[in-house]
Amino acid sequence: MEKPWNNKAWFLVLPVIVLVAFSAIIPLMTVVNYSVQDTFGNNVFFWAGTEWFEETLQSERFWAALGRNLVFSFIILAIEVPLGIAVALAMPRKGIGVPVCLVLMALPLLIPWNVVGTIWQVFGRIDIGLLGRVLADFGIYYNYTQNPLHAWITVIVMDVWHWTSLVVLLCYAGLVSIPDAYYQAARIDGASRWAVFRYIQLPKLKHVLLIAVLLRFMDSFMIYTEPFVVTGGGPGNTTTFLSIDLVKMAIGQFDLGPAAAMSIIYFLIILALSYVFYTVMTQTGRDRETGR
Amino acid sequence: MSRIVLDGIAHSYRSNPQGAADWALKEVNHVWEDGQAYALLGPSGCGKTTLLNLISGLLTPSRGRILFGDSDVTDMPPEARNIAQVFQFPVIYDTMSVFDNLAFPLRNRRVPEAEVRTRVEEMLRIIDLQDKAKRKAANLSADEKQKISLGRGLVRSDVNAILFDEPLTVIDPHMKWVLRSQLKHLHKRFGFTMIYVTHDQTEALTFADKVVVMYEGEVVQFGTPEELFEKPRHTFVGYFIGSPGMNVLPASVDGREAILGGNRISLSGSYERAVTAEIGVRPEFVRVARAGEGLPVQIRRVEDLGRFRVVRASLEGHEVNAVVGEDQELPAEASLVFDPARVNVYVDSHLVEPRA
Repeated sequence: MEKPWNNKAWFLVLPVIVLVAFSAIIPLMTVVNYSVQDTFGNNVFFWAGTEWFEETLQSERFWAALGRNLVFSFIILAIEVPLGIAVALAMPRKGIGVPVCLVLMALPLLIPWNVVGTIWQVFGRIDIGLLGRVLADFGIYYNYTQNPLHAWITVIVMDVWHWTSLVVLLCYAGLVSIPDAYYQAARIDGASRWAVFRYIQLPKLKHVLLIAVLLRFMDSFMIYTEPFVVTGGGPGNTTTFLSIDLVKMAIGQFDLGPAAAMSIIYFLIILALSYVFYTVMTQTGRDRETGR
Repeated sequence: MSRIVLDGIAHSYRSNPQGAADWALKEVNHVWEDGQAYALLGPSGCGKTTLLNLISGLLTPSRGRILFGDSDVTDMPPEARNIAQVFQFPVIYDTMSVFDNLAFPLRNRRVPEAEVRTRVEEMLRIIDLQDKAKRKAANLSADEKQKISLGRGLVRSDVNAILFDEPLTVIDPHMKWVLRSQLKHLHKRFGFTMIYVTHDQTEALTFADKVVVMYEGEVVQFGTPEELFEKPRHTFVGYFIGSPGMNVLPASVDGREAILGGNRISLSGSYERAVTAEIGVRPEFVRVARAGEGLPVQIRRVEDLGRFRVVRASLEGHEVNAVVGEDQELPAEASLVFDPARVNVYVDSHLVEPRA
């Protein structure tokens, strides 16, 4: 069938284009503008070319922060996705338990990042925090301000506590949409609990898991507030992620050029990795033989 | 396994059923003979699927026992029963190939891989999907998927009964016809007991040796298609089977006559006196005659259905249908004559027999 072709249709998408331009494209272009110039204040700019990009890519500080980011995101996904699926599987499907569980799951998502940070900061303190004191009584001197491992554990536990719910809710929505007939057929086919999970539930969760993985990856890769509030990037630089470094550089040191270059690299890394995740997850399970 | 015996089974989805309305399935006593094809017919929500799930073991009855042959299987899980079930929507395992889908029930039962291979290959030939064995099942059409669901049932050597829960609902009309004849052929070849749930009477009547009609959680009639047509045991069966359905008219019955308003209708036998009875007569057994010969009626409409016409008439305010031939003249002033041998009497919607 011949598709009708009418350029006036562009007017229909114009509002979205304007909105996106103001919210994304124009700020991004500003950053691009900063990244290729140098300034000493007073709104006087000098052309710098790719200098800042080269500097950033050669800086050890950048690679170290990027490495920490990758490790952090990997750990977060490795914990939150399986845990989220497990919790969703364990949630009740009917009765009074459903709304109770849903509300409990939604609660952490409603709490602002900095509040979560403050909660855990106080909770973990060795002098007055419930967790810190109790652990100390057991002989474990938990101290996130001095011990890098403890700092990492704190940041990870905090993120798992805050965001596993999102994966749970997405998976739960996916699970309840599976028709009963699948489970019934599987019982008649003599499928084990594991086979039901592997061949019915997991394939049907594929699409929600794609969303969950993308959201959690992007969010965890941009982690800022929690480590900023709890550890301030320390001890030393051990919890200094790209975003923390970036803010230090841009607002603390007012190095707009290098900060802008770093932002763009940061942005491109997230874009590229998200694309890889998306492609891998949508390509698996396709019929290679037919190429569909 | 030989036959399936339902011994007083009843089911309620409530934990503490009170009134009759709480029971999805009221007491059913029934024997399904080995190797027969049964159709389970009834409107939506009449308990057909409940009955089917009780037989396959997906549900455990609130009351009563289910026997396969002589062994009591009431508390046995579905995988332990020699039964397969095909659902309304095709159930396939998306990530598996067609071959693996068919092999799944065998592999779950730890059948040796060599035997799995031969059985699955034979099944692929039977359901005519050999050339798609390696394809992902998710990419097939609805009728092919439904064939896979059927194949997963037939592939097991231990299956003696297959339960179908409206399996052709999502299939295109022309494929419906093809699948139905394939299914009939398979039934002849393998000799499994077949219980086929449908709300489509054509499907039920062409398929089955015996038809079970359900209505509001009860089995209202069990019989051959002819019996359902000629002697509906419940007024619902009369309405439901046949097109148009049976004419059901309120009347009082006494002896060999039924009285409807000022009209007397003769009956074939002598009945107990009943003031609030109903008489039922199929449109096929109603003749349109000239005024004065039978019951005075006004003809409201005549519908031409191709091979015959349906005369819709009004008798004392009740609609009565008659089936007449294509070329029969219709008198301007008409009356209807009921064939006395074909007039059934119902009390409380249930058929009553004449006194001996």
